[in-house]
Amino acid sequence: MFAAVMILLVVSGSFVFHFMSPWRATPVASNWGSIDETMALTFIITGAGFLAVGLFLVYCLWRFRHKPGSKADYEPENARLELILTFITTLAVVILLAPGLLVWGQFVTPPENATQIEAVGVQWSWSFRLPGADYQLGTSDVRMIDATNSLGVNPSDPRSADDLIVTDGELHLPVNKAVKVLLRSVDVLHDFYIPQVRAKMDLVPGIVSYLWFTPTNIGEYEILCAAYCGNGHPQMRGKLIVDSDEDYEKWLHAQQTFEQTRKAQQKTIKVGVN
Amino acid sequence: MSDITIKPDEQVPPAEVPEMELFHSHSWWTTYVFSQDAKVIAIQYAATAISIGVLALILSWIIRIQLAFPGAVSFIDSQVYYQSVTMHGMIMVVYMLTAILLGGFGNYLIPLMVGARDMVFPFVNMLSYWIYLLATLVLATSYLVPGGPTGAGWTLYPPQSILTGTPGYDYGIIMMLVSLILFIVGFTMGGLNYVVTVLQARARGMTLMRMPLTVWGIFTAAVLALLAFPGLFVACVMLLLDRLAGTSFFMPAIVEFGEHKNYNGGSPILFQHLFWFFGHPEVYIVALPAFGVVSDIISVHARKNIFGYRMMVWAIVAIGVLSLVVWGHHMYVSGMDPTFGFFFAITTLAIAVPTALKVYNWVLTLWRADIHFTTPMLFALGFLVTFLNGGITGLYLGNVIVDVPLSATLFVVAHFHMVMGIAPVLVIFGAIYHWYPKITGRMMNETLGKIHFWITFVGAYAIFFPMHYLGLLGIPRRFYEMGQTAFVPDSAHTLNIFITVMALVVGFVQFIFFYNLFHSLKNGKPSGGNPWRAASLEWQTPETPPGHGNWGETLPVVYRWPYAYSVPGANQDYLPQNMPPIKGEHII
Amino acid sequence: MSFMGVFFLFIYSVMGLYLWQQGILRSDWLKEGDVAYASSGSDFPSLSPQKVGLLVFLSTAGCVFSLLIAAYFMRQGSPDWQLPEMPSILWLNYFLLVVSSCSIQAAYYSALKNHDIQLKNWLLVTGASSLLFLMGQLVAANELQNLGVYTYGNPAASFFYLFTTLHALHLVGGLVALFRTIRKSYRQALGNLIAPSVELCAIYWHFLLFIWTLLFMLLLGKGDALGVICRRVLA
Repeated sequence: MFAAVMILLVVSGSFVFHFMSPWRATPVASNWGSIDETMALTFIITGAGFLAVGLFLVYCLWRFRHKPGSKADYEPENARLELILTFITTLAVVILLAPGLLVWGQFVTPPENATQIEAVGVQWSWSFRLPGADYQLGTSDVRMIDATNSLGVNPSDPRSADDLIVTDGELHLPVNKAVKVLLRSVDVLHDFYIPQVRAKMDLVPGIVSYLWFTPTNIGEYEILCAAYCGNGHPQMRGKLIVDSDEDYEKWLHAQQTFEQTRKAQQKTIKVGVN
Repeated sequence: MSDITIKPDEQVPPAEVPEMELFHSHSWWTTYVFSQDAKVIAIQYAATAISIGVLALILSWIIRIQLAFPGAVSFIDSQVYYQSVTMHGMIMVVYMLTAILLGGFGNYLIPLMVGARDMVFPFVNMLSYWIYLLATLVLATSYLVPGGPTGAGWTLYPPQSILTGTPGYDYGIIMMLVSLILFIVGFTMGGLNYVVTVLQARARGMTLMRMPLTVWGIFTAAVLALLAFPGLFVACVMLLLDRLAGTSFFMPAIVEFGEHKNYNGGSPILFQHLFWFFGHPEVYIVALPAFGVVSDIISVHARKNIFGYRMMVWAIVAIGVLSLVVWGHHMYVSGMDPTFGFFFAITTLAIAVPTALKVYNWVLTLWRADIHFTTPMLFALGFLVTFLNGGITGLYLGNVIVDVPLSATLFVVAHFHMVMGIAPVLVIFGAIYHWYPKITGRMMNETLGKIHFWITFVGAYAIFFPMHYLGLLGIPRRFYEMGQTAFVPDSAHTLNIFITVMALVVGFVQFIFFYNLFHSLKNGKPSGGNPWRAASLEWQTPETPPGHGNWGETLPVVYRWPYAYSVPGANQDYLPQNMPPIKGEHII
Repeated sequence: MSFMGVFFLFIYSVMGLYLWQQGILRSDWLKEGDVAYASSGSDFPSLSPQKVGLLVFLSTAGCVFSLLIAAYFMRQGSPDWQLPEMPSILWLNYFLLVVSSCSIQAAYYSALKNHDIQLKNWLLVTGASSLLFLMGQLVAANELQNLGVYTYGNPAASFFYLFTTLHALHLVGGLVALFRTIRKSYRQALGNLIAPSVELCAIYWHFLLFIWTLLFMLLLGKGDALGVICRRVLA
């Protein structure tokens, strides 16, 4: 009796907690509202399953608790019932999975017109590289990293010179423009994670991974690292600032190109040596 | 109807199982220390696993205290935090759960449940334990080396695990890898034993379809382990070479804090494939024995046969087969070819079907049963609720796109603690309460057992259920402090404190269990041979605790399945597996 | 990957066949009575527990090597990959391993026929050729070192050292068992009493020869051919 009541409390308490909980996903600020919808669908189906099985369990515990003289049934199997349950479960799984796979299909195919930018992770900070006037990013390799080239941009690639280098961890993006973020790490695994954007992807040294999204709300968002990367993991922060087109242009013009930063840094090094 | 006739083609001369040569000990040392008796080895395995598990429990307090009160305890800095997280995870998954379920329960129960005198290779079995102990000691020793144990996270992902930004990169990681390699070598020896004993040493009449589900679970888990641990073995060997010999299996060109490293071209994702090729089956290596044990506990204490035994067996086999092809769901956002996501999402959700069927069948076993709320039964029910909850959140994480926002958040932490932390641990407790009378001849105290259960179950649920919501909110795992983060409200911090308080309470309650465990050894009520009136073979031994060789003069002969409870027409409410059928008495 | 596929297809088929033959699909599982199954208490009347144990162990070892081979294929794609010229002594070593595999088989036949002298001789030939093989592998590694092919640097070379070492360790384990069998053959006059031990050694030696054939093919740069074969099997 006590057990049935307690388990009823646990099962129903879970639902009460779910609906009362102030801890919910942050408001979505990108085109990935469809991820939230898939999750909502998952909640409906799995929540129904949890409730059904949980309440049935509670009923059995209450109804069939041992009383003097009671005797259990003998029922080794029931092929029909098991078949029906298999069918229902399979159906529920298909309903869960199919929309998920469709959204995943979108997730892995960035639109043609998406602007390519680059996010580079290093223990423990974020840097960014944006294409310059030629709308193209130059090639890169960590082996080219030196004191004047912290991101390993290829200096001999003609497309590199006008690339904009952002090293203060603050990335600006124009609102409502699709962006494909190329992800690159110079040391260990990192993960480009903005809770409000929903999208997330690892940065793997040695390869270039990517994700894409369209920021939909003007505002300031935190960029976190979601792949454990050593002692400073929680301190690896960046900022995404989604601007109106004008603000974005203003910011863009204030940024230095690869060529400029390289020259400036070479100068400081010389001064240091002198 | 009552007495079955055997068709001619099934008629094989019922020869006796060849008697195996038992090792007979001659001294105290070979009886209790270097024993080749599976029952002694089982207790050694379990005692070692529980001891190292207590260390893991204490480490979890360090983790929780840091999360709720960052900076409050001076010795907990980021290094200690990450070392604690790593050691807690690795100990619990490998050195505690795997070792106690297979090495402990496997060793104790397989020979008894299939009607064998011992494991088929007793010497190898003994070696298995001592190598396991050595592995555990190597792991514990990493606390004494300069730099302390590794803080690479239990997944040990390179490049980070062997670079200077991670605690214990100098010696700790080496100790960890060596310890794991030892563990795998020792475990392979044990695994061979479990598998071959089930294949080769079953008593007469013990067909596969008459084996208790506990044996099915442990057997399938052992097969899985033999096929999956090689993944970890290869990963560990290659990572060790990367660390010590300067190879570049997993290490690409890297600039670490401005310094170019001598690595080139390696693939960190290759490590992840190898690791999770082991890592996912590992979940089932822990879960399948728990599934089996729970089935048996429920059936005995509800006085009813397990519902859909055949489906349960098929589900175990199906889960075993599928679990080797779902590892990629740990890597949806790892940067691997994203088209793999389609394949792994489908296989992962496919595995949900047999798993769900098992849950249904457990619950349906309770339908029209005669439920006795004994302590083992309560733990089994606790497992049902936590496993149901954890299984369902698994559907979120398996569905590739839903995993994207949730991966690497506290949602994942809550999910796997619920499904392969709390659920199997509840089963382990239940199993100890259930088989303690067989092992010691005495009952554990029921009142203390029930107090232990309710605080553990409700407390653990209160720890991990709300934690999902911190994950939904977006709080990443493996942050030793949240710091100033705009999207995290203060209420999340309050919840963190609540979780920590619950964790401390649940942790301390375990000492009630330890008290009960040791106190009952001398003061428990004498249990007799079969206090739960159970039908499976291990309860039918001539002596309790079973003597060396288990079965006295002759091996048992098995006449029926292990779930003959409340059989209509029978003159007692359970029919032991080895009781010869009486003509016209009971009809099946 | 395709190699792993073939390996697991094989393992799954064996397990599936076994379970099916044991009747896990049959409907008479609830029958009461003294149902004898396949044979006297063991599922494989012709197989001793030791033999089953060895076969189960071989599937684990096979899994280790097939994962290594999969890792080799995955790592092969990187631009720094350069297969070093293999020292020609490896061919001699390969020949020695074939000799040891044949001689242990001959030893098994002699044991069955109770030809004790031949049995001892063949066992010694196996032991000697295996030891020579191990020494030859050391010489090969040494030669590569002298040519400046080290464990670090070129990943193909790293795989050479990894493959040879792991294979050699397995062989050393086998040699321990072989040594015990040889000792037994000197103590016990009757050959067919130790035939089971010799047979276990023979199975193990054939397995190691098979594995080394695969690894050697990979190291000689014939990996693609292997991949093609595996893919065809899967298709």
